[in-house]
Amino acid sequence: MTIELRNVVLLVRKEVVEARRNRWVLLYATVFAVLSLALSWMGLAGLSGYGLSGFGRTAASMINLVMLTVPLMGLTLGATSLAGERERGTLLFMASQPLTRFEVLAGKFIGMAVALLGALVVGFGLSGVVIAYYGGTTSVGQYVGLLGLTFILAMATLGIGMAVASLTQRTDTAIGVALFTWLVLVVIGDLGIIGGSLLADVGISRMFALVLINPLQVFKLAAILTIRGSLDVLGPVGVYATRAHGGSLLALLVAVSMVWVVAGFCVSYGVFRRKGAV
Amino acid sequence: MIEAQDLVKRFGRLVAVDHVSFHIGPGESVALWGQNGAGKTTVLRCLLGVMPFGGSASINGFDVRREGKAARRLVGFVPQDIRFHDNLSVRETLFLFSRIRRAASDEIPRLVGQMGLDAFVDKRVRTLSGGVRQRLALAVSLLARPPVLFLDEPTANLDARSRREYVSFLQEQKTQGKTILFCSHRLEEVDVLAERVIVLERGRLVADCAPGALPERLGAKASLHVYTESSFVERALEVLTAHGFDASCNGAGIKVQVRSNEKAGPLNVLARAGVPVSDFDYTSAVVDHEVIRDH
Repeated sequence: MTIELRNVVLLVRKEVVEARRNRWVLLYATVFAVLSLALSWMGLAGLSGYGLSGFGRTAASMINLVMLTVPLMGLTLGATSLAGERERGTLLFMASQPLTRFEVLAGKFIGMAVALLGALVVGFGLSGVVIAYYGGTTSVGQYVGLLGLTFILAMATLGIGMAVASLTQRTDTAIGVALFTWLVLVVIGDLGIIGGSLLADVGISRMFALVLINPLQVFKLAAILTIRGSLDVLGPVGVYATRAHGGSLLALLVAVSMVWVVAGFCVSYGVFRRKGAV
Repeated sequence: MIEAQDLVKRFGRLVAVDHVSFHIGPGESVALWGQNGAGKTTVLRCLLGVMPFGGSASINGFDVRREGKAARRLVGFVPQDIRFHDNLSVRETLFLFSRIRRAASDEIPRLVGQMGLDAFVDKRVRTLSGGVRQRLALAVSLLARPPVLFLDEPTANLDARSRREYVSFLQEQKTQGKTILFCSHRLEEVDVLAERVIVLERGRLVADCAPGALPERLGAKASLHVYTESSFVERALEVLTAHGFDASCNGAGIKVQVRSNEKAGPLNVLARAGVPVSDFDYTSAVVDHEVIRDH
């Protein structure tokens, strides 16, 4: 079955128009922008006395904000968009049009990703303007790099959210599973790796491999590497990763994140193709 | 034009469509008839290729599974529970689907006028009433002038006047040569629109007949309420019963069970017997679905 790019573009546009009017997207964008601004203000106010300013310090403190909020945005929007459309019947109507299932799903995924990128650009942009005005433009490259990594994390969690939605029948269930997934990725995953490593006496290389399973940890490693130039600050695992992979470590981390993006999309596409739009 | 061969659809243990086969020729208008859960909607969905199913289905030679996109390009579909993207306006919705269906640019204003949507073009879909949504759905289904229409309970959410207008519009489409397959519960709709009726019961095709044969086949009876002076009620009952009608006293009048095509029979009988009829009203045939199972 031929896939037509123009159909995907049409559906991406539709998603973006809808997202601009979606109260959840607006709420997430606003909350993210407010918290980003607050972080940049606090960073500037607390550190200017010590001669530290510019984007570097704010970028570092943004990592924690991103790790908490962006996966929540990606997972819940992914889950609600697909499961909600199936429950409302709009997915059925779209599938009854001369479109392939790939076009329908790719349009939805890319459209939601663009909407998320918009929300991130607003948050990063507003705080960027504040930092540039009051603290100068030192390390602006790191800040932009962090935005790029954040976008990849948003796409990865969006894909996981859509996969969750494709595997569940009801929107409520999809949201519940998405929230649980968020909790696992943010809290339980971390503790599990630490606890499991201690109990099973896992070697350093395996522990690094375990860390790569969690897209949030991958983002954290990539973000710290972008800002500081090495992962030594993370202790033995960081030192191992830097020494084992050297200059290709960032590329590896980005590639692993992209695997999550593709995997999430492929799972949701596979299920959508098998189950149909009902 | 439309070919369904051995369609089977299961939802877990439930067999929603059970080895259903039929053929619909170009320009034919066919009703899918059956009670809720009979499998009408599922048959339409299988024919659209929006869900997995057993057997095979094709539209104008295009296999709906392997060539679903080409098959669906030929079909305008109006679902029963019409849902569009709530945050889009009527204009945006029509524009989106006109691009998807490759409709000519002048089709949107034409359909907006034809469907009486002028006053709603800038309104968000979520603010529209059921009737306006129904008209919007029909407008979308007619974009790019598809030769086939699939309509799932097309008038279910409409009031009597809108229903008449809607059915008359569909009649026009029929006379223009469109192939129409629609699900319906309403005998009057089937009478007016269909040339053939496919009767489904518990997922199985139990009859394929002409619309005229449907009421009798299904044991459908309408009720005629006849009103006369109280002194004539007893006489009226005697006369009607003597002529084989199932008549009973019902409040101020007499209730007579009649076949859909014999509505005037009791009135003629009473007139000949000299029983004055002051008024009457008529309740459409209600299908006794228990009877269908016997056929």
